[in-house]
Amino acid sequence: MSVYLLCLVLFSIGFYCVLRKRNVIKLIIGVGIMEYSVNLFLVLVGYRKYGRAPIYAHDQVINNMVDPLPQAMALTSIVIGLSVMLVLVAVAIRIYEKYGTFDITKIKQLNG
Amino acid sequence: MEALSLFIVIPFMAAFLIVLSSSIWRKYLPDIIANISSVSTAVLAVMVFAKVASKPSVILIHKIGGWAPPFGIPIIADGLSAFLLAIANLVSLAVIIYSVGYINTYTDKWKYYALLMLMMGGVNGVLLTGDIFNLFVFLEIASIATYTLVAFGTEAEAFEASFKYAIMSAVASSFILIGIIFIYGYTSTLNMADMAMVFRSAGHVDLVKFVAVLFLMGFGLKTAAVPFHGWLPDSYTKAPATIPAMSSGVLLKTLGIYVICRIFFNVLGMSLSISYVLIGLGVSSMIVGAIMAFGQTNMRRLLGYSSISQVGYILLGFGIGTPLAIAGSLFHILNHSFAKSLLFLNSGDIEQGRALSTERVFGIIDQRPICGYTGLLAAMSICGIPPLAGFWSKLIIIFACIQSGHPILMVIAAAVSIVTLAYYLKFFNPLLFGTKKNILSDGQSFAVNLAMVILALGVLFGGLVWLPGPRSFIINTAVNVMTGGLAYADIVFGAIK
Repeated sequence: MSVYLLCLVLFSIGFYCVLRKRNVIKLIIGVGIMEYSVNLFLVLVGYRKYGRAPIYAHDQVINNMVDPLPQAMALTSIVIGLSVMLVLVAVAIRIYEKYGTFDITKIKQLNG
Repeated sequence: MEALSLFIVIPFMAAFLIVLSSSIWRKYLPDIIANISSVSTAVLAVMVFAKVASKPSVILIHKIGGWAPPFGIPIIADGLSAFLLAIANLVSLAVIIYSVGYINTYTDKWKYYALLMLMMGGVNGVLLTGDIFNLFVFLEIASIATYTLVAFGTEAEAFEASFKYAIMSAVASSFILIGIIFIYGYTSTLNMADMAMVFRSAGHVDLVKFVAVLFLMGFGLKTAAVPFHGWLPDSYTKAPATIPAMSSGVLLKTLGIYVICRIFFNVLGMSLSISYVLIGLGVSSMIVGAIMAFGQTNMRRLLGYSSISQVGYILLGFGIGTPLAIAGSLFHILNHSFAKSLLFLNSGDIEQGRALSTERVFGIIDQRPICGYTGLLAAMSICGIPPLAGFWSKLIIIFACIQSGHPILMVIAAAVSIVTLAYYLKFFNPLLFGTKKNILSDGQSFAVNLAMVILALGVLFGGLVWLPGPRSFIINTAVNVMTGGLAYADIVFGAIK
């Protein structure tokens, strides 16, 4: 149970970071932390105590195995998170070129 | 039905080919590939829709790789998917025809087309897939392509808007994924029909409420319902005009509203509390969107707030949830997709010919008749002038409010539609009929005009869908899917055999 709570704490740290930080790079790090905590949760959902990898072979009886599907989902989710991160970082670089700052309180030409 | 996988294969293949051949015949080849791809998906979408709507409760299923559904990923076209698939592909066809004449003002046209094709592939995938994690993946593909396209103009504001949208959308995606994990943990399946079966046999589950909140946060942001609407007007302001047209006409309806409908009506099961939340989101979107639109001076921002307001009507109809209200909402999706895409394409045409970027434009009808008249038609449809389709769909939603015993909602819906008329009149009267002449270039290309005329025909004849004959097979098949609720599971598993 405590593992799940720690996962929630990690998610909350990421979410707090996205909501409160003023720096573009810190916002991106916050999004990254959120994604990692979600991936961790995904793996935890598939975990069984004393479970082993579900690889079938002859003369082996697997009594207790971990759920492999969330692991496959976690891989996909990591790839998606990576591509979102790439877009965010690329846009952040161009924002720095245009505005000369990473402070989001100074980056507001759009409002209303 | 093997042809269903073509909806996903053709756009992704086109994106791949465009990137691969980017150094060969850069001037025209991307246009040709993108147009072939979108024409073929549009024709296929209309064919699939005709097939699905031909008989009641026909659904088409393709099992990818031959794996049967609880384990494999099925591609499912039922009434609701096919209805939105036809709209999405027709609108994107017009947008891509428009791009041929429009995108030359930007550099690196092949990147634009490749990203647009990725977006279309993602949208088609979201509409057709029967697997909830696969839905999430396609949703992310479409969203990532959109973040990049919003920044395609490479102006300072465009990057700012793109960053804002990407951060908010990434947080929303995290919430969606957590929701998916929770349902997977409860049902041990990812197939949506199988999930519906588990939830139906389980009866009342407390987890559903928690997951519903997560999904409403996540998909509410993709829908731009009001507490989550901050990204929408910003991202529309400086992007190429085709991107708001795609976003407002296709993405809001598929990534947001379609997924909300599918998950809440067919998978989790509709309950009174969820329907009140949908009504609340709808009413707040209607009111805030209309009030914010009143003060806008930029055409794109005005249209963006108007989109928020009109999406509010659609959510209100789904929240009321009677068959009449759902039919009205689906009809409103059809009308709003065509009309709002057309208005955004008009805005692009006006901007291209404009003398100075800060100057207000007057008298479009005299200077650019096709742009002016099609824009007039679309604006009339959205603010609900009687013979046009937008009037009937709003009227049906208002009737449904009375019929289901919500007179207050009826008053709000009617009042917002009057406010809509007011801000459209205030903005479009000088824009269309002003006497000052200030458009310089006459560089209208044939493709731009053709796309606007196609969409204008859609706006003009969209109302015919509500006539009793077409209605029974165009809208009612989609309504039946939603009112059927969790019977979705039986229909899908019945069709597999």
